[in-house]
Amino acid sequence: MKKYWSFFRIRFIRGLQYRTAALSGMVTQFVWGSMEILLFRAFYQASPESFPMTFEALSTYVWLQQAFLALYMVWFWESELFNSITTGDVAYELCRPVRLYDMWFVRGLAVRLSKAVLRCMPILIVSWFLPAPYGLTLPGDVKIWAVTILSMTLGLLLIVAFNMIVYMSVFYTVSSQGIKLFVTSLAEFLSGSVIPLPFLPDHVRTIVELLPFASAQNVPFRIFAGDITGPDLTISILKQTFWLFAFVLIGRYLEKRALKRVVIQGG
Amino acid sequence: MIQVEHVNKTFKVTRRSAGFSNAVKALIHKETDTVHALSDISFSIGDGEMVGYIGPNGAGKSSTIKILSGILTPDNGTCLINGRIPWKDRREHVKDIGVVFGQRTQLWWDVPVIDSFELLRDIYEIPRHQYLTTLEELIDLLALEEIIKTPARQLSLGQRMRCEIAASLLHTPKILFLDEPTIGLDAVSKLAVRDFIRKLNRIHKTTVLLTTHDMQDIDALADRVLLIGKGRLLLDGTLSDLKSRCEPECSTLDEIVASLYREFQI
Repeated sequence: MKKYWSFFRIRFIRGLQYRTAALSGMVTQFVWGSMEILLFRAFYQASPESFPMTFEALSTYVWLQQAFLALYMVWFWESELFNSITTGDVAYELCRPVRLYDMWFVRGLAVRLSKAVLRCMPILIVSWFLPAPYGLTLPGDVKIWAVTILSMTLGLLLIVAFNMIVYMSVFYTVSSQGIKLFVTSLAEFLSGSVIPLPFLPDHVRTIVELLPFASAQNVPFRIFAGDITGPDLTISILKQTFWLFAFVLIGRYLEKRALKRVVIQGG
Repeated sequence: MIQVEHVNKTFKVTRRSAGFSNAVKALIHKETDTVHALSDISFSIGDGEMVGYIGPNGAGKSSTIKILSGILTPDNGTCLINGRIPWKDRREHVKDIGVVFGQRTQLWWDVPVIDSFELLRDIYEIPRHQYLTTLEELIDLLALEEIIKTPARQLSLGQRMRCEIAASLLHTPKILFLDEPTIGLDAVSKLAVRDFIRKLNRIHKTTVLLTTHDMQDIDALADRVLLIGKGRLLLDGTLSDLKSRCEPECSTLDEIVASLYREFQI
């Protein structure tokens, strides 16, 4: 366990070094969140009855999304990992008495957490002070907080497990460009980071909610905003767990197969 | 003890001629050639031996090192290192070996070298006491005192290579594979590296297998030389065996090797 903790630590500390990037990221996310809420406000004023969430829930969703962007952005890749596979530097990591999958999984967690830790607090605090219904609304029930944290954890693990599948695929395809482009745009939409999933037409939404990407940020943020309750909540958490296991199994299978037939590039 | 018997490895290489029309053709039908990186390689290396592994570029040296370190699986043949098959039992096997790839880096680029060392300490689960003793010895022998506090990106190539070698030895492996450890180094660094490897072998009886294109490395380090070309093992003998093959007498080691390459048409 200690080796994974060390690995986590070195990557985490390294992530904390980039303060200017964190500051500019925070400003961007704050402006982006405000614009998104203003945009939805226009919709809401045009026809409040066809709005699928309460406005408070929407604002809460948007602010959580901006604050924890680093945890759930599917389009974030570590180019070092892609490079190490295409240039063959991965050779060194294969000389360690550790499973490559585990090592990179921990690394993925560390990068995302270090980014999020730097950025989330200011956004959460400022948005909490914004007047209703434009700010962050906190749920009164402690249980909701606990379930949100559980669900956020599952969602984060799911995203990292998904990243791992893409990293492992580079052992087979050599170039990461195609798969990155394809996966990024699709997953962003399907995970509800472009528009929250309740805004999709009903028949589309039913399908999208079954897909794995709906089990990332969509679930915890809507739980926190009070938009998922009762039996839906249990089902959503179960779906998250299912997809997490599925992604981890696929990733580990790809890793195993890749290492058996792997060609470490370069002399 | 390293035993390699009848190891074969082939790679598929895609080929096409230059130009647009050929590129379009390759979209529909990819032509692949099979390259025999290693054919029927057998040798054995005893404990504490220092062996030089030489051959022209593309001869199969790196492939052999990768197979011995467990990161490449051969098509067939057997290989036993201290009773283990490297690619089957990779995680146990790598605890016993150290590998230095001269053209790659294992140090974290933007943190002080010592941080990378401590990560390796935890990855290999080296007991604290043993780690400190080894580190002290390596710092002393490789003159690392000042440079381990510097981030790897600010080191010169020679300094970095000394750190790379130290990093590969922190877990006191019984076997050390060096893949072109002196590539690109200046005279002083080369001598320092050679001197260190000799001492390591003398003090700890570490088995060393090194590939290189620098014949002075071989002269300084190897008691025994394996010559490989086009995937075949052509010669296995001492340095003086190598010298005696050269007719008429060659003056430098480089000439001897060049004449061997000519003789075997590799």
